[in-house]
Amino acid sequence: MQKVFERPKALSDKKMHYCPGCTHGIVHRLVAEAIDHFGLQEKTIGVAPVGCAVLAYEYFNLDFQEAAHGRAPAVATGIKRVLPESVVFTYQGDGDLASIGLAEIVHAATRGEKITVIFINNAIYGMTGGQMAPTTLPGQKTTTSPYGRDTSRVGFPIRVCELLNTLDGPAYLARVSMHDPKNVLQAGKAIKKAFQVQLEGKGFSLVEVLSSCPTNWGMTPNQALKWVEEKMVPYYPLGVFRTPEEVSSCDA
Amino acid sequence: MEKIMMKGNEALAEGAIRAGCRFFAGYPITPQNEVPEYMSRRMPEVDGVFLQAESEVSAINMVYGAGGAGCRAMTSSSSPGISLKQEGISYIACAQVPCVIVNVARGGPGLGGLTSSQADYFQATKGGGHGDYRLIVFSPGTVQEMVDLIGLAFDKADEYRNPAMILSDAIMGQMMEPVVLPEMRDLQQINKPWATTGMKNRGQNLINSLGLLPEDLVRINQELQEKYKRIEANEVRYAVEDVDDADLVLVAYGTSSRIARSAMGLARKEGKKVGLLRPITLWPFPKQPLADLAAAGKRFLVVEMSVGQMVEDVILAVNDRSKVDFFGVPNGAVPTVRQVYNRIMEIL
Repeated sequence: MQKVFERPKALSDKKMHYCPGCTHGIVHRLVAEAIDHFGLQEKTIGVAPVGCAVLAYEYFNLDFQEAAHGRAPAVATGIKRVLPESVVFTYQGDGDLASIGLAEIVHAATRGEKITVIFINNAIYGMTGGQMAPTTLPGQKTTTSPYGRDTSRVGFPIRVCELLNTLDGPAYLARVSMHDPKNVLQAGKAIKKAFQVQLEGKGFSLVEVLSSCPTNWGMTPNQALKWVEEKMVPYYPLGVFRTPEEVSSCDA
Repeated sequence: MEKIMMKGNEALAEGAIRAGCRFFAGYPITPQNEVPEYMSRRMPEVDGVFLQAESEVSAINMVYGAGGAGCRAMTSSSSPGISLKQEGISYIACAQVPCVIVNVARGGPGLGGLTSSQADYFQATKGGGHGDYRLIVFSPGTVQEMVDLIGLAFDKADEYRNPAMILSDAIMGQMMEPVVLPEMRDLQQINKPWATTGMKNRGQNLINSLGLLPEDLVRINQELQEKYKRIEANEVRYAVEDVDDADLVLVAYGTSSRIARSAMGLARKEGKKVGLLRPITLWPFPKQPLADLAAAGKRFLVVEMSVGQMVEDVILAVNDRSKVDFFGVPNGAVPTVRQVYNRIMEIL
């Protein structure tokens, strides 16, 4: 009998530690599927962040380096520059990428480093217990914004794709969401495209993935996905911001 | 072998290239700018990578990535920039990534100044970043040693899978002396089966510094400490001059050892029996040679371009078997030969 659905080779069979309803597991799978799709297991090196995905190296059946908080794009730069034939990706959350590691991501992007960045935006610091993130929405309650994010006091969220889209360096920038199966399939396509851009040597690629954090949002998994759709998507519009062929198209 | 005149920083950079360094990331800061400038010209000629990073923080993390991928990688900076690199150095030490970090030290603390300093001794030899770790720290005393020790630093970094540091200073970096450059090293000889190069015909390779389970972190630290013991047993390097008949042994490294040597010459002319012990590795520190000299009845004068850092290690090594005096200057000042000579004459 032919198997029509199986675990990607690039995923290990280690049990994931992610909370029930968290979308990290789905994104891990999409990344592994893209790596299998292009047959890249033997030439891929992943860079894990600090945050909920700190143990990503246990779930991917790939060579890995674990970076300091926010420094994954710099580590990936070092790897890719000395192994230009390899495929290098980072997997980073919003605190890691958009707060402490903002300099690293902006400069890797503007240098046009031929790496792929998977950016998980769930509008909160998950690992440390639900503090305000650079992507926390206005009014959103977190453990360090208990009265809701007050933009007059702490400012506004950062839209990473739009920010990086001001640079000449990136080749591919897209924002996708995990809130329903259709969007998950769309995300899978964007992640494949991002790796393809790297394989073809076209430059820096980043996929921002709107994700849920039921535990720290204090919601059920279903409520959390609904919150992504109803609150996050309007603030963080989905679409392809940059591709090697076309620039600044915001259509999905 | 042909002798040529070279500036310390440039000689060090060429020495690194000849030792097989093929990745350099750095950030502008005086007085080390000749190193990245030289590398930016030279790396393309040897198919190596030069990157001007967005910060010292990024530069050391690029080195972590490149070193972890198996390349001989280095970064250089000066004191305030080395402070910024400490996070990355701690990760590199724990993940056991071989690489070389060069500190062309200047005066501190804070933004400090541009004059030469030896006030980064604690930072270099006692850890610098968080956690129980050590760097192998080399201290060049001549421009020739800038070349020789950077080659040795790359070899020892690879041998022990440990970051190594060259602790130089503004004077060593800026002065010119004749040097003999070594031949270009054959890079094919360096085998790194642990490097993250893609899992072809093998299992996963992982460069990591996380030990979430207490027993994992204990195991990581025990492994590091066992390695440090091997380094302490095998890698102590130092030079002695005129210590056999000496009543007083000067202890100094790098630039201050040159000043101490001149003062020793003046004192010898006055019939004073003065010798010099110059640590070449600051970690591991030459404890035993100092203990032996103390047991032989010598007393010591430690000369540093700081208000006293290495002197603490000398006191520990001597362990009350003899007397240890100190001469130092606060950062901003460089001690003169006459000042050190006067201190010798006070003691003897």
